[in-house]
Amino acid sequence: MASWGEASESRLIGKRITRLSGKDKVTGKAKYTFDINEPGMLYGRILRSEVAHATVMGVDMSEAEALPGVKAVIPLIEVDKKVRYQGQEIAAVAAETDDIAKDAIRLIRVDLEELPHVVTEEDAMAAGAPEIRDWAGNQSEPGVREEGNIEEGFAEAAVEVEATYHTPVQTHVCLETHGHVAKWEDNQNLTVWASTQGVFGVRNDFAQRFELPANQVRVITEHMGGGFGSKFGPGLEGHTAAELSRITGKPVKLMLTRKSEHLVAGNRPSMTQKVRAGATSDGRLIAYDMKGYGTGGISSGAGFTGPYVYYVPNSRTERFNVATNAGNQRAMRAPGHPQGAFAMDSLMDELAEKLGMNPLEFRRINDPNEVRQAQYTLGAQEIGWHRRNNVAGSGTGVKKRGIGVGSGQWGGGGGRGTEARVTINADGTVEAVTGTQDIGTGVRTVIAIIVAEEFGLDTTDIRVKVGDSQPGLPSGGSGGSQTTPSVAPVIKTAAAAAKQKLFERIAPLLDAPVADLRVGTGTIYAVSDRTKTITWQQATGQLGMESISEGGTWEEDLRQNGAAGTQFAEVEVDTQTGAVRLIKIVAVQDCGLAINRLTTESQINGGVIMGLGQALLEERFMDPVTGRMLNANLEDYKVPGTFEIPEIKSIVFDTHRKVTGVGEPPCIPTPGAIANAVYNAIGVRIRSLPITPDKVLDALAEKKA
Amino acid sequence: MPEKEKKQGTNISRRNFLKGVGTGTVAATVAPSVLIGSEKAADAQTGDAVASATIQLNINGETYQVEVEARTTLLTVLRDGIDTGGNNIDLTGAKLICDRGECGGCTVMVDGKSVYACMMLAMDAQGKQITTVEGLADGENLHPVQEAFIKHDALMCGFCTPGFVVASAALLGENANPTLEEIKIGLSGNTCRCGTYPFIFDAVKTASQKM
Ligand code: FES
Ligand code: FES
Repeated sequence: MASWGEASESRLIGKRITRLSGKDKVTGKAKYTFDINEPGMLYGRILRSEVAHATVMGVDMSEAEALPGVKAVIPLIEVDKKVRYQGQEIAAVAAETDDIAKDAIRLIRVDLEELPHVVTEEDAMAAGAPEIRDWAGNQSEPGVREEGNIEEGFAEAAVEVEATYHTPVQTHVCLETHGHVAKWEDNQNLTVWASTQGVFGVRNDFAQRFELPANQVRVITEHMGGGFGSKFGPGLEGHTAAELSRITGKPVKLMLTRKSEHLVAGNRPSMTQKVRAGATSDGRLIAYDMKGYGTGGISSGAGFTGPYVYYVPNSRTERFNVATNAGNQRAMRAPGHPQGAFAMDSLMDELAEKLGMNPLEFRRINDPNEVRQAQYTLGAQEIGWHRRNNVAGSGTGVKKRGIGVGSGQWGGGGGRGTEARVTINADGTVEAVTGTQDIGTGVRTVIAIIVAEEFGLDTTDIRVKVGDSQPGLPSGGSGGSQTTPSVAPVIKTAAAAAKQKLFERIAPLLDAPVADLRVGTGTIYAVSDRTKTITWQQATGQLGMESISEGGTWEEDLRQNGAAGTQFAEVEVDTQTGAVRLIKIVAVQDCGLAINRLTTESQINGGVIMGLGQALLEERFMDPVTGRMLNANLEDYKVPGTFEIPEIKSIVFDTHRKVTGVGEPPCIPTPGAIANAVYNAIGVRIRSLPITPDKVLDALAEKKA
Repeated sequence: MPEKEKKQGTNISRRNFLKGVGTGTVAATVAPSVLIGSEKAADAQTGDAVASATIQLNINGETYQVEVEARTTLLTVLRDGIDTGGNNIDLTGAKLICDRGECGGCTVMVDGKSVYACMMLAMDAQGKQITTVEGLADGENLHPVQEAFIKHDALMCGFCTPGFVVASAALLGENANPTLEEIKIGLSGNTCRCGTYPFIFDAVKTASQKM
């Protein structure tokens, strides 16, 4: 059975290793798609509708075409078709400079016949609202699930809570906007630099779109500036870049603007849920009845979890989508989980209070997950749970502190489909190649650690090549926290196979049986006779002209599904200004074997920070009158900055020695933990994210009244 | 080339590219028509009315001669500029992220102070010493801020990193030993979506001890 070995035997695996791409990233050498400058390259831009709902009556591109420096103008929508959200594509240009492309876009005349729009869930569901897609009343068929018997459940309940929780639409805000540089050769070979989370998926998409064999499309993603679930396909902007390049015969760079990024490049759907739940007098969750909806814009996909990680024997849930005239949702870091977890963890605290029970105790009774049970103990210690207010809001003074807890659960077990090669050359160099991509999680370094551990080398001795479809070694997209658990087992078995081959070659030289050979640090020796030792260089020198190059297989035993997490937050609420200041967040996160503890901590920090943005800052504002997004920039759409960052204690919670992905789970428990801490501080509950000063002041005023 | 490996050309033409663009239809009602994107770029109409000039810029100790328009930003010159000799300047370390002074991704040093290159006109940068992230290291010796960023893993995707590195170096140039609060203030003009802040704070602390 394949195994990662014991922690005590590991020289690199599980240690804190600096990332291989660090130097390139701190010196500005790292080239992202946005940075590609090809000779003769043109700049592409897209004209988008500013109207949320309209029929296209005409598009006049003649003035744009006549502008000096403009090389191509193409329509992206046909006359008589509808635009259904602000930002929808109308036409595109390619020009010698980006400024000329900008000018040309302004010269395209579009005649739109406006149609009534709905951009909020309330407007969309109102009686007489215009139906904007094939859903009666703009609502999809509800999905209903029932377990146990809800009436009997409520009959057993000693306490009940009924509440409505809401989270707004969030946008991904990838700092590198979506985009591509496309370059054709002879109408036959297409090379695309893509800011993507899925190199091979994008390659196959382009091949299909342009009717080419897949091996005539090459997709390169050496570095990419954030995706968070929104960058899997090329999208219309990618196809447009390739089309502009095809008709001009020149490379074309087309990156979305910051505004378009907010409008059309995906978002996390909203959630509104009305829930009634009951618990028995001894603290068992016994009944849960929830009805909720969300909007993912014009598309479906606005699901969310509930009752989430806690066990309820009797439940009924009903969920549906609401269509609005807004850009499509896309997967966003743990889709459906943070919003569902916020509602559930708020509800848990409300029930615990009715029971007169400590909310942590209430969770211990109802959370069947053993890992999280241990995490509750550790997290409570780290935050100083005993310091919380026994009576919410009982602190004195203008600034009041409180402590809260939240939970999360994720899969991240990876899957088959990755091919990789590990090559040992006669000069001692080692290469590891696979078609995955590094979206910022540091998979290059993970690969290097595994290979270096196997060979007794340093990570810097390993040349890792990822982010290129060219050698034809496919790997899946980086989503679902699947990258490391999908890639690591294949790299490990490839490296082990290559090592075995090397041992076979040098066993005669060392006059020792192959089974006796081991790697040391930069050496290979016979375990039965330590005098039989040669250096790595001497060993590989035996290879002559023939390199060793081995592939690997995905071994189930090297990875595991399931990552439990819990977080504790301490906040300070200014009861005069309503401002919530975070004091400390403790994140206890299981991810099985953390191959690189340093970058794992980075990911946990990052998840917590995205979660606190959702808790306190982030919201897409749509104007019901104009149908436009009001904060499609980085000033009015608030993402966390330095001032919002509290002390964050990210704890890599070691469980088993199998690999589990951790990209998504750490963002899940944060909003719930913060919301509960705010309640503990001021004694009024904010059931709608983000918890902004106005909501806090309103709630405090209501409490007084 | 053997017959079976013969390359196949794309069958897409302009007409069927548009056909492949998916757009749904819904019932129409009549409403007044509106024009969008019809605002005229006055100078763009003639193509020659745009004011341009050839200027010299001192970037990372080297002199570059470039032709710029009045509206050309320093960031555009660094990233997309072509010098009068026809060479790409290609200093793409500074990033274009928000294009309006909100994120710090384009931070460079101008006479030692951090500046948003997207907010400075190239013409205004004449006669000043411009240092980009590419110019911070001393040959192979990285700047202490760069060393510390690597050591503390103060980066993930790395797209914001050049901006943070330059802003941190400028901060330490003004305040050699900042407190955590001063670091937060000094870097408050920079945004990181991956959430690297805690390790950035650690890195700046470490760098301040090394300088
Ligand atoms: S790109 Fe200049 S501040 Fe954002
Ligand atoms: S490291 Fe990705 S945005 Fe900062």
